Amino acid sequence: MKVEQISVFLENEAGRLAEVTGCLAAAGVNIRALALADTTDFGVLRLIVNDRDLALGALRERGFVVRRTEVLAVEVPDRPGGLHQILRVLDAEGINVEYMYAFVRQSGDRAVMIFRFESVDRAMALLSENGVTVVAPEKIYGL
Amino acid sequence: MIYNIEYETMPREALEAIQLRRLRATLERACAMVPFYRKRFDAAGIAPADIKCLADLARVPFTTKQDLRDNYPFGMFAVPMDNVVRIHASSGTTGQPTVVGYTARDVSTWAELMARSLTAGGAGRGDIIHNAYGYGLFTGGLGVHYGAERLGASVIPVSGGNTKRQVVIMRDFGPTIITATPSYTLKLAEVARDMGVDMGRLRLKFGIFGAEPWSEKMRGEIQRQLNIIAVDIYGLSEVMGPGVAVECHEAQNGLHVFEDHFIPEVIDPETGAALPPGASGELVFTSLTKEAFPVIRYRTRDITTLNPEPCRCGRTLTRMAKVSGRTDDMLIIRGVNVFPSQIESVLMEMEGVTPHYQLVVDRVDNMDILTVKVEVGDAVFSDQVRRLQELERALSHSIKEYLGVTARVRLVEPRGLARSEGKAVRVIDNRRIS
Repeated sequence: MKVEQISVFLENEAGRLAEVTGCLAAAGVNIRALALADTTDFGVLRLIVNDRDLALGALRERGFVVRRTEVLAVEVPDRPGGLHQILRVLDAEGINVEYMYAFVRQSGDRAVMIFRFESVDRAMALLSENGVTVVAPEKIYGL
Repeated sequence: MIYNIEYETMPREALEAIQLRRLRATLERACAMVPFYRKRFDAAGIAPADIKCLADLARVPFTTKQDLRDNYPFGMFAVPMDNVVRIHASSGTTGQPTVVGYTARDVSTWAELMARSLTAGGAGRGDIIHNAYGYGLFTGGLGVHYGAERLGASVIPVSGGNTKRQVVIMRDFGPTIITATPSYTLKLAEVARDMGVDMGRLRLKFGIFGAEPWSEKMRGEIQRQLNIIAVDIYGLSEVMGPGVAVECHEAQNGLHVFEDHFIPEVIDPETGAALPPGASGELVFTSLTKEAFPVIRYRTRDITTLNPEPCRCGRTLTRMAKVSGRTDDMLIIRGVNVFPSQIESVLMEMEGVTPHYQLVVDRVDNMDILTVKVEVGDAVFSDQVRRLQELERALSHSIKEYLGVTARVRLVEPRGLARSEGKAVRVIDNRRIS
């Protein structure tokens, strides 16, 4: 049920992000979700795409440093306290969220968020036990 | 293997007798033919005939790069131009280029010394040598080329650049020896990987690398990636070109100086005093057989030590340690002497860090600020910003610990650093004080 995210190392320099999007566009890769974390020197771009192998190949070809990371796509009830409920469950078990970001599209009437955990398997089991829906990868890549 | 058993394994007394005879002839001829040397000797109140033993060489004045520049282009030549068959020149990136000349005999001597060097590095007849040193005014390409032909090996004169084609040639021609700068060799391996060619599975056995200082860690990296034995070769155009000294592949422990043709000395760069074996200082060379361009106590600006102990390979020649830095590459950061090679050693201690780096020095509010740019490789890249920042801090901490200087470490994208096809650009000093 784990989703594969692609992470790209970027120097903080004008036009670098556009190089990535241009490279993916030329390869015919569709970006499903995206988040950028940055410092003063560099940034790490995190991407969920429809075709990971194609994206990785195209980016490596252009000299980018990339890696695959396992993350979880979690359905979040679209109402006040929806996210809090999930984080409370994780917190109670001492599972740390490294980072998270939102999907633009919804799954039915629910929001979808990408979570990165240090211990992804434990997190996945815990969420399932507590009735939280972890979205299937195929659904995410096509969402 | 040893190419010239007689000279490379000669007992020291016999070698020193030859050195003295050749030294005196060189001094006589230089003073007779080159006005610069005659004036320099007169000013020092010394004549070639005063040199009675090798120790007397310490009384002779030094020659510097600036002296060569002042006599640009042909002022230091000791033969009429009719006898000069070859001209090389340094790149002149830091000033006026220095121009050197060779007689037919000089070219032949050079070929002999390069044949010795290639043999020490593991080459022999029947080997195919992929020579990726640049051909042209730079001495690397032609130096290796003539040595390879003298040795009877097959040489591929591929020169520098066009890296993808080089990879194809290496895959298809199956060279057994590679000669190149160490930084370009790693670039070749990187491009090969991108092309799906595993350099470790080619027919390569040995590599002979030089023209820039490189660390033991970098040697390890090259040996691992190419699956070869890598030796260091030393030379500079002012003294001859590559083939002044070379490591043997048997010991890989210091570079044998071909002392029947050059006398090496190590001096204190500040005082000019000769230093004993084992002491670190500036390397100085006097040529013993060169006709067109003799050099007398030429200050190389390279930092090394000398070791007179015979080597287990059988050679009795003095060995110089791998060059650990240059007196002019030496950066003084807030009063601390820093050599790029020291930073490289620190970086390479860190698991997964690439040997591609660049030092940038700026002066901000009269303070020297050292920034070390390090390329991020697949092995250290993480999707977690925190981990990358930890890596920067850890490297910065190590540099502070080992070198005593505060540096800001900045991770950069691979290929983000200017990497010429030849030598790596290791230092950018923006502190020009106008």
